[in-house]
Amino acid sequence: MHSYRVNHLKQLESEAIFILRETAAQFQRPALLFSGGKDSIVMAWLARKAFWPARLPFPLLHVDTGHNFPETIEFRDKFVDFLRADLVVAHVQDSIDKGRVQEEKGPYASRNALQTVTLLDAIADNQYDACLGGGRRDEEKARAKERFFSHRDDFGQWDPKNQRPELWNIFNGRKHHGEHFRVVPLSNWTEMDIWQYVKAEGIDLPNLYFSHERDVFLRSGSLLAVSECVTVQPHEIVERKVVRFRTIGDATCTGAVESPAATLDEVIQEVATARQTERGTRSDDKRSETAMEDRKREGYF
Amino acid sequence: MSDQSHDGYLDMDLLRFTTAGSVDDGKSTLIGRLLYDSKNTFEDQMEAVERSSKQRGDEHVNLALLTDGLRAEREQGITIDVAYRYFATPKRKFIIADTPGHIQYTRNMVTGASTANLAIILVDARHGVIEQTCRHAFIADLLRIRHVVIAVNKMDLVEYSEEVFNKIVSHFQEFASRLDNIVDMTAIPISALNGDNVVEKSVNMPWYHGPDLLYHLENVYIGSDHNHVDARLPVQWVIRPHSDEHHDFRGYAGRVAGGVFKPGDEVVVQPSGFSSRIRSIESADGPLEEAYAPLSVALTLEDNIDIGRGDMIVKPNNMPNKGQEIEAMICWFSDRKTLQNRGRFHLRHTTNEVKAVVTEVRYKININTLHKIEDDLEFRLNDIGRISLRTSAPLMYDGYRRNRTTGSFILIDEQTNETVAAGMIL
Repeated sequence: MHSYRVNHLKQLESEAIFILRETAAQFQRPALLFSGGKDSIVMAWLARKAFWPARLPFPLLHVDTGHNFPETIEFRDKFVDFLRADLVVAHVQDSIDKGRVQEEKGPYASRNALQTVTLLDAIADNQYDACLGGGRRDEEKARAKERFFSHRDDFGQWDPKNQRPELWNIFNGRKHHGEHFRVVPLSNWTEMDIWQYVKAEGIDLPNLYFSHERDVFLRSGSLLAVSECVTVQPHEIVERKVVRFRTIGDATCTGAVESPAATLDEVIQEVATARQTERGTRSDDKRSETAMEDRKREGYF
Repeated sequence: MSDQSHDGYLDMDLLRFTTAGSVDDGKSTLIGRLLYDSKNTFEDQMEAVERSSKQRGDEHVNLALLTDGLRAEREQGITIDVAYRYFATPKRKFIIADTPGHIQYTRNMVTGASTANLAIILVDARHGVIEQTCRHAFIADLLRIRHVVIAVNKMDLVEYSEEVFNKIVSHFQEFASRLDNIVDMTAIPISALNGDNVVEKSVNMPWYHGPDLLYHLENVYIGSDHNHVDARLPVQWVIRPHSDEHHDFRGYAGRVAGGVFKPGDEVVVQPSGFSSRIRSIESADGPLEEAYAPLSVALTLEDNIDIGRGDMIVKPNNMPNKGQEIEAMICWFSDRKTLQNRGRFHLRHTTNEVKAVVTEVRYKININTLHKIEDDLEFRLNDIGRISLRTSAPLMYDGYRRNRTTGSFILIDEQTNETVAAGMIL
């Protein structure tokens, strides 16, 4: 007797491809938000599969804080070539230069919050009506209630009390002029699913995810990398350690973890036994108990 | 968890379940317990929960706080929306649709149930089967959840009494005998607070010989939940590369909603009725030998016929129903508008969208007694009942009981674009 069993990774893949195709079909001008992190890499990989052998029917949009790890940009450009995709870059620096946002002052300044304005401006300038994001519901408690098709009002805001119910596989992308959607195809994936899928599919990732030696220092419980965009305070001690990153975002707020995991198998092993959530290394979430919910209301991804 | 990262771990089953219970049934505590005891919580999460528990003045670490996400919920101590939770054991990955149980949130329960294979219905051992229990069971049945677990919670507060448990189970069975989509009902006595029969068998209830909850979730057979009989592919998108290499390529992309498709199979495209054969089933990883639910695929056909989004590819000896007069059960979701006779909506069904008008409101159901209500035919928030619709173009559909994908639809308000109802075709 033939078995029609579909394992968990195939089910998640099939669901994500369905969402990506719905996005292309229901919206006029979608864009895929690409940060160079593993989740957006997996999302773009799935988009390639969804429309193969055609090219992606939407561009990749990178909101660039200017505070990148150089490895991220190098990887981004190579990956975009592989996908034969169009890349649009929106620079936070431009928003600062235009006076749209004010840069935080002081040694702990981060451009993380400023990204929201740059993103909303990029959406308005390019008239994007849907932005595909690599968020996952398991990342953070405010994301546990996010819809696949997340409606934003004409201020780009998210209202958790007034979201459209989503039933079965039917997605309602109807909207009024000026409104847009965030679409989250990886909603049902966990950090472990992402890593397992990366292994099953043989997807290349930036080497930041694998252990390497790096100069780091401890700040508010996070191990930050020494780079041009952070100012090490006199009391902070720089040490050379073997580390890797569990998430890759703005270099000013993405912490490393000490880890010997240099290969994919070792990383999967480490994730399976991890005792800290991956956003535990993100100082932007530690600003308050509901930090993520507050940023999402403002239009953060 | 050290041995789980081998290749076998790349190949797990996926079980989606929903949890329903009344406000104080301990549902959040149960989910917290499942996550905590199966070692799916993290130190920083637990530290945050311990901190919050202390601030609130709770006597012990309040596991319910693991699942209460939004600020309003933390302030009011209730769950206001469907929240999705994830955990895994070496055997299965689980997706929990955590839905609040109070009466005003029927719509969330319906939403959570629409994608679930299994429902856990919580009953407080002190109160037994109450109206809300019946409502939860009715919704599970209406949404065609085949597997139901009655988790009789707070057994520690009734001295772990076998008699209390048996009475609740027989009371529930009496009610459930009127529901016919539920094929498998399992009752488990638990204490979410103390962990009895959640992840490990309880030493306090030696009279209970069934499985603990996690064991049941890991082993319940869900293989037959998809329809592999009636071939249905709602076309989502047409892939046309316009490249030299794939000059004439036309891939009809979609997620298989039922049955099995193979290269060489004769197919019919609805509603046009044109027929052709499958040339290939394409994917970025190379051609596939077959496609079945719930895989997302792209078919190419032997003949060049006009096919677009909203069409459905089926097989000639097994056609879906095709028509503009639809009979359905609906659940009404809007708190701002009501549904009445002659109401007009956008109707979304598979990948198709048409206009629809309500031609008759037949009855509403009192979901506590299952009695029909025929003297008040205006649907308000959370009302469930039967209506007739006429659509602006034919739908290709199956009964919801036969196929959850081709038998379901949503209604969208023409002015606000809000999703105002979920429908299940009879």
